[in-house]
Amino acid sequence: MKKTLDAISKTYSFIDNIISVKFIRNMLLLYVVFFVMMYLLNFRIIPPDLYGGIFISIFIAIIMAVSLNVATGFLGQLVLGHAGFMAIGAYTAAFVALYARDAVANNFLLFVIASLSAVVTAGIAGILVGTPALRLRGDYLGIMTLGFGEIVRVLLNNMKVTKGSLGLSVTPGIMSVPLAFWTTVVVVVFIYVFMKSRHGRAILSIREDEIAAESVGINITKYKIMGFVIASLFAGVGGSMYAFHVGYIVPTSFGFMKSIDIFVIVVLGGMGSITGAIFAAAFFTYIPLELQQFESYRLLIYSALLIIVMLYRPKGLMGTAEFSVDGTIKFFRYLPKNLYNGSKFLIEKVKSFEFPSFGKKKGSDQ
Amino acid sequence: MELFLEQVINGLNAGSIYALIAIGYTMVYGIIRLINFAHGEIMMFGAYFAFLFATSFGEVYQIPLLVVILIAMVLAAIMGVLIEKVAYSKLRNAPRISALITAIGMSLLLQNLALKIFGSTPKVMPNPIPVNPIEIGLVSIPLLTVFTILMTVFFMILLTVFVNKTKQGRAMRAVSQDKEAAMLMGINVNNTISLTFAIGSALGALGGVFFSLAYTQVAPTMGVMPGLKAFIAAVFGGIGNIQGAMLGGYIIGMVESLTKGYWSSKYVDAIVFGLLIIILLFKPSGILGKNVKEKV
Repeated sequence: MKKTLDAISKTYSFIDNIISVKFIRNMLLLYVVFFVMMYLLNFRIIPPDLYGGIFISIFIAIIMAVSLNVATGFLGQLVLGHAGFMAIGAYTAAFVALYARDAVANNFLLFVIASLSAVVTAGIAGILVGTPALRLRGDYLGIMTLGFGEIVRVLLNNMKVTKGSLGLSVTPGIMSVPLAFWTTVVVVVFIYVFMKSRHGRAILSIREDEIAAESVGINITKYKIMGFVIASLFAGVGGSMYAFHVGYIVPTSFGFMKSIDIFVIVVLGGMGSITGAIFAAAFFTYIPLELQQFESYRLLIYSALLIIVMLYRPKGLMGTAEFSVDGTIKFFRYLPKNLYNGSKFLIEKVKSFEFPSFGKKKGSDQ
Repeated sequence: MELFLEQVINGLNAGSIYALIAIGYTMVYGIIRLINFAHGEIMMFGAYFAFLFATSFGEVYQIPLLVVILIAMVLAAIMGVLIEKVAYSKLRNAPRISALITAIGMSLLLQNLALKIFGSTPKVMPNPIPVNPIEIGLVSIPLLTVFTILMTVFFMILLTVFVNKTKQGRAMRAVSQDKEAAMLMGINVNNTISLTFAIGSALGALGGVFFSLAYTQVAPTMGVMPGLKAFIAAVFGGIGNIQGAMLGGYIIGMVESLTKGYWSSKYVDAIVFGLLIIILLFKPSGILGKNVKEKV
């Protein structure tokens, strides 16, 4: 009897946790965002052909950035070969689309099957690379993943199955904005929930202090591999989306620079912030498209930004902070008070300001 | 047999270049535990400096090659020190990953700076050394290869003597062993680190000049692949160990040219990266590296 009651209350609290006011509110907000986007596109307020593509690119970038954030932001490992997993996912999806096109009539179903296969292959690659690599310290891991990415590219470029540098073409017309949007929502929600679970907290603890985490009984190798594999799994999804979106994949689109692009987004958005990665992905995908004429300055600015952010804000622009509706409401509610306190603080600082004296300081003999 | 000997000589040539670049990686890693990703770009700038001094005074090589090389080395050394002062010195106590990201940013910055300054089209690097090779028995060795190998060996001996016999070299070894203790012994740590960057960058530039002479061109992206391979060489030999970097450079060069000669030039990069992964799996500290226990 007690057991049944326990089970019932457990289920109830589980459902209660998921379907809370917050959950419903956030779902509603998502729908609002979705409908605003579709409204803008469908009623041609913004050119749908151009912006539909931009939106899909942004969603792909979001998936790539959020997934890399699990390995780099939350686990704290330097991964420089994320595009390699993306390439594996993209090629798997392309193969599935090629061979299952006749068997599966439904476009949506074809996308789901292709993406799931991409997840499987990218995940297997993640296990194969991660298991040995994660015994290594951060910098070696970075180099090893870099090497992995390069090997994937070289192999794709020279194998007969992948038609080498000619590339593979994928059936067009499968990827659409709603499909990309909801795939992204599923991936981001999964990663968010995962990071809030006990496994996610174990991964966080490894980033903070490996030795301390080990001493409280966390299986470091297991969780490192788990974080790394989850990152590679979703890179596979991103690759599959990319293949269906672009319709034509070549090995050179998954080079070292692609990995660096994703990496820059994660670092600038905030290492350990999912919302930061989302904002940064949207920003750094949209802005270069708008400023085509400055394309040659793009990487110059990226790299300078990377150095400046590392020197003055080593955890990225958003750090580990997350954007949340509650937080925003709180921010505006307490804004007057904070402004008042802040200005008081500033005035006191100015009042007590002393000009630095360049003479010899008291007490220093050097 | 002829093919084999030819490939061995090619390997020695490529290996010399990798070894010179790898020394820079390994010295910097040894002293501040940082993989200086910008090192490949310093090598590229070194090659460009040499190119500019070789071509911009009327006819090519108004200044003799040796002087051009020396100027390029000095300029690259200054550049290396500046990079350290601007970007890395502030991050000495920061988490490792921040320093690494800064190094990656530096590498991209220099590469794109070079793209802006010099343009994206590769330029022809003039070669003043006569092309007719020396015939020894079965094989013929190009003079440039002889020059490269001899210069490399000369600078390696110079470096080894410097590190082992002089006061500055001893300071360098002390700082790489224990920074705090070295400071307490009255060693100026900042100057020692700057000196390390200067020497590493100068040798990298030397490698860059040889690379551009061997391939007769300079390009803004020329530093990436040799830089990565030299890094692999440094890891292979045991990062932080100068002799290891030399050995690793020659091994990588050999593997590369033998792969090219006997199998396929397509898979060279994959083989070299595969080699890196294998050495990291079985002996992460490299061939000559010591296993360092981590203190809690």
